[in-house]
Amino acid sequence: MPRIAVIGGGVAGMEVAFRLSQLSFEVDIIEKSFILGGHVHKWQKLFPDFTPAHQIVDQLKNQLRDKVNILFGNEVIKAEQENTKHILYLSDGTTQVYDAIVITTGFKLFNANRKEEYGYSVYPNVITSSELEEYFQNDKPIITKENRIVERIAFIHCVGSRDEKVGNRHCSKVCCITAVKQAIEVAQRNPDAEIYLFYMDLRMFDRKFEDLYLQAQTEYGIKFVRGRLSEVSEKADSRLFLKLEDTLLGKPLRLTVDLVVLMVGMETAENSIQLANALGIPVGQDNFMLPVNCHSQKNITGNRGIFVAGCASGPKSIGETLADARSAALEVYSYLNCN
Amino acid sequence: MKNRGKQLIWQNYQKDIADDHFFYVRSCIRQNFFPGAETTFLRILKDVLNKDVYDDPSHTTCTGIGYHTDIVPLETTMTVVARQFALMTEKGYKNFIPSCVTSFGLYLEILETWHNYPEVLEKTRSNLMLATGRSFVLPENIVHASDVIYKFRSEIAKKAKYRLVNIHTGKPLKVVEHIGCHYAKMFPDKSVGGAEFPRVLSGIIEEWGGEVIDYPERRHCCGFGFRQYFIKANRGYTFSSVKKKFDSMSPYEPDLIVTNCPGCNVFLDKGQYVISEQEGIVYSRDGYGIPVLTFEELTGVVLGFDPWDIGLQVHQVSVEPLLDKIGVKYDIQKKYTDKNNRLLGKPVKPTLLKTL
Amino acid sequence: MPNFGFSIHSPTHIDLDKNYRTIFNYVKVKEPSIQKCIFCGSCSATCTASNYSAMSLRKVNLLLHRGMVQEVRSLTEQCLLCGKCYLVCPRNVNTRRIILLIHEALKMPLS
Repeated sequence: MPRIAVIGGGVAGMEVAFRLSQLSFEVDIIEKSFILGGHVHKWQKLFPDFTPAHQIVDQLKNQLRDKVNILFGNEVIKAEQENTKHILYLSDGTTQVYDAIVITTGFKLFNANRKEEYGYSVYPNVITSSELEEYFQNDKPIITKENRIVERIAFIHCVGSRDEKVGNRHCSKVCCITAVKQAIEVAQRNPDAEIYLFYMDLRMFDRKFEDLYLQAQTEYGIKFVRGRLSEVSEKADSRLFLKLEDTLLGKPLRLTVDLVVLMVGMETAENSIQLANALGIPVGQDNFMLPVNCHSQKNITGNRGIFVAGCASGPKSIGETLADARSAALEVYSYLNCN
Repeated sequence: MKNRGKQLIWQNYQKDIADDHFFYVRSCIRQNFFPGAETTFLRILKDVLNKDVYDDPSHTTCTGIGYHTDIVPLETTMTVVARQFALMTEKGYKNFIPSCVTSFGLYLEILETWHNYPEVLEKTRSNLMLATGRSFVLPENIVHASDVIYKFRSEIAKKAKYRLVNIHTGKPLKVVEHIGCHYAKMFPDKSVGGAEFPRVLSGIIEEWGGEVIDYPERRHCCGFGFRQYFIKANRGYTFSSVKKKFDSMSPYEPDLIVTNCPGCNVFLDKGQYVISEQEGIVYSRDGYGIPVLTFEELTGVVLGFDPWDIGLQVHQVSVEPLLDKIGVKYDIQKKYTDKNNRLLGKPVKPTLLKTL
Repeated sequence: MPNFGFSIHSPTHIDLDKNYRTIFNYVKVKEPSIQKCIFCGSCSATCTASNYSAMSLRKVNLLLHRGMVQEVRSLTEQCLLCGKCYLVCPRNVNTRRIILLIHEALKMPLS
């Protein structure tokens, strides 16, 4: 029976592994950590319908049960190719031989320290969207690091995205809708809070997204201001002072808030680049892996027997990632059955 | 405020600062407004740190002010800068330290231009040769004078007579640091600490016992802007910027402002007089305003130099309240006398801003 | 006091710490559709008054959101209440009623 390696145990890897096991292949998931679910594991509720994230992860885990072999705490150190066989040297010292590889290494969140002017890790009340999710584990009002109830909060879009200075020209796609989702979740916990979203463009690209945006405006009174944050500073009372331009009015704008949430974008994971080099797969200007083409062969890499799915080939929502994973599984099936 | 985040940023902005053998070039305006600052710097380097520093009598302006006001063409500016490097080369020096932040920025800008456009460097070489018969070697190390003090801050702390601590309360002095725009905003990589959380002065202040105030308009320009200030009708732009900074810092009740730029020092010091006359505002409870020192003067003070030798009597904002907090001994009778004890005359009193 | 020959300017930025959205809140309660505006500008493009004045409903709405009342007053005086903006609004904002409510609010002592 052909053996397939799925590198990365996030939602993409879990789905592709499950689908390949359904097609009667022997599948190994090579996961560097000791848990499955990747970034989604850390998320509470998902846009646009507030589905609990654990439901998706649990469902994917249940599908996998006993069908797939998971090599936790493992990374690919070296890769070699012999005819149609791929030999992977793993960090646990073993060597595995596979007939096909699916790369599902996903993404990493932008390191907000790189936007020095935003003062992340300098001002305690500047946090990332991922850190805000931790507040949503319960229904308590959102508080500052000094235990004050948040009365004013600013969400900053495009942190580490659409920013050539930090080397990321690309749009991370999901942050706009995530900000709208998180703003509503804050409004539900702090009904009297003034909530501002500072955006460059609102990219409500998928079904129900525009509805959620309208709901944020009308039901929750969330304020959308077009303009990119230029600088955060801290006042004597530890509240945060923001400088931006209201680009629709064409005037500089200043305001003081209790909490700043940086909508950190997606970057290719460091091990994705190493893996791409080891496996001879080209990456784009954005450092994400390049499939043969982005329309009809989006899971096929230039290297025979190696496939890609999920955010390893660019930012995607969970729905898109799962669809991409299924499509990759079918590509692997076709490839192995034609050989 | 978490210093861990700042340390992460500072790690990215460290640079080589030469250890000894400096060729010093002066600022145009500093010698008029704060005449003791540069001699104090030379005294610190020579007498306190025992360094070799050369102050060439035949060096000139870098033309920075003329360049930024569109009076001096860039080609001329580059030739003048080339002449400064030629003097350095002739005297056998390789480490170039400008006193002025705008000069520092201009030197970096020109070196960067020459690096990217070697033909411009060659043209400048031939211009200088035609005009003066001189040739030059590019400096090996070019840093601002405040970088040198930063480098030797702990050595100075060991030799210091005073610390930036209020002797009456035992608490650190609250210090506002202001970095000239051309120090780090043009070339953050050539600064100590970058442009967002500059380290060059804050490192010095903390080493000597003070506490740095991180106020919202910390990075705001003093408003000099050359072409703004030099046209009288536009000066409101400058002082609006000064006012913005003071409005932002005053809730912290700073004891002192330290700058590393000649222009900023003028506008933050004399600006307090202008704002007091025009707006009726003085930014300290005691009515004397917030003292503003250059980094050289501050170093002189902590080393125990006589305040009147380093030129503190020509400041607009009286420095005595600050000296009293630090515990510096001074003779008030000698504030306005020359070295032969003759009275030089006293400045006119402002309407609102109290002076001593 | 000496005459320096220049004056110190007040900042011209939008200060959300000082601007109060009194009128916006008044309008919002009576005509919630004001919140739906996405500032596309189709109202202003078709506005009769905008052809001859600085009137722009998009701008009026923005100014209300930012609590800038003085500017709103001078703009809304130009409106002819023709209602063309209502026809083109993609979000179905009741534009004509908003103008009437602004006039109403501006006459009240609070503003």
